[in-house]
Amino acid sequence: MAIMRSALGRARGLGSAKDGFHHWWVERLTAIALVPLTLWFATGVISVAGADYETFSAWMGKPWNAGLMIAFICAAFLHGKMGMEVIVEDYVEPRCVQVAVRIFLNLAAFALGIFSVVSVLIVALGG
Amino acid sequence: MTLLEEKINRGGPISPHLQVYNMFALTSFLSILHRIFGAALFVGTLLFVYWIGSAASGPKAYDAAMNFLGSWFGYLLIFGWSFALFYHMCNGVRHMTWDTSRMIDLKSIYQSGYVMVGCAFGLTLIAWVVGLSV
Repeated sequence: MAIMRSALGRARGLGSAKDGFHHWWVERLTAIALVPLTLWFATGVISVAGADYETFSAWMGKPWNAGLMIAFICAAFLHGKMGMEVIVEDYVEPRCVQVAVRIFLNLAAFALGIFSVVSVLIVALGG
Repeated sequence: MTLLEEKINRGGPISPHLQVYNMFALTSFLSILHRIFGAALFVGTLLFVYWIGSAASGPKAYDAAMNFLGSWFGYLLIFGWSFALFYHMCNGVRHMTWDTSRMIDLKSIYQSGYVMVGCAFGLTLIAWVVGLSV
């Protein structure tokens, strides 16, 4: 490529970084949160694997379990949709389809996340 | 002109398209799997949503969901999701270590790759041995 141009000259006109750093940062924040949350989630789910409804709702009724489950859901759906956005940005063309897929991903992630949180609350509060 | 051609023309960075790499070197293979498993985990949350949503719909729906999840097909889906989860978590820790510019030489990258794969298999094994014996 054109080596004669300065680094700034080459960067100019390529468009701003927009919210690139913020996206990267929130993806890392949620990743950090998800390491302990995932370990808790795995042990929690194992402890109620195959349990009947009463046992399961009693387990979910514990404030710590409901709280950690909601934290896991929020972090997981946010992290998941951000990761999917990066993949879509890399591989989906043309731009109009890419934007459409990103809109769909955002709406789907928030819808599923809210549905899950509400479900946890219903079970925890005794439906 | 496609977006990719546009990027190439103006000398901007282009995305890591699969065909430009040797896909089966350990380094690239683990990296590609990280993405594939990440996407699979996102799609697989539907299984989680089904489980938690059924529980919120009452004992009947919960029992029906448990029947499906307890079938061989349900087990297969949960097994796949659990391995993807542990792999993505372990490799995520590896990625965040690189973000601090540690262990980023080729030798460390190979070593941490083997350790990460071992941890992912180990955690999956422990989870299922404990889960099935409870």
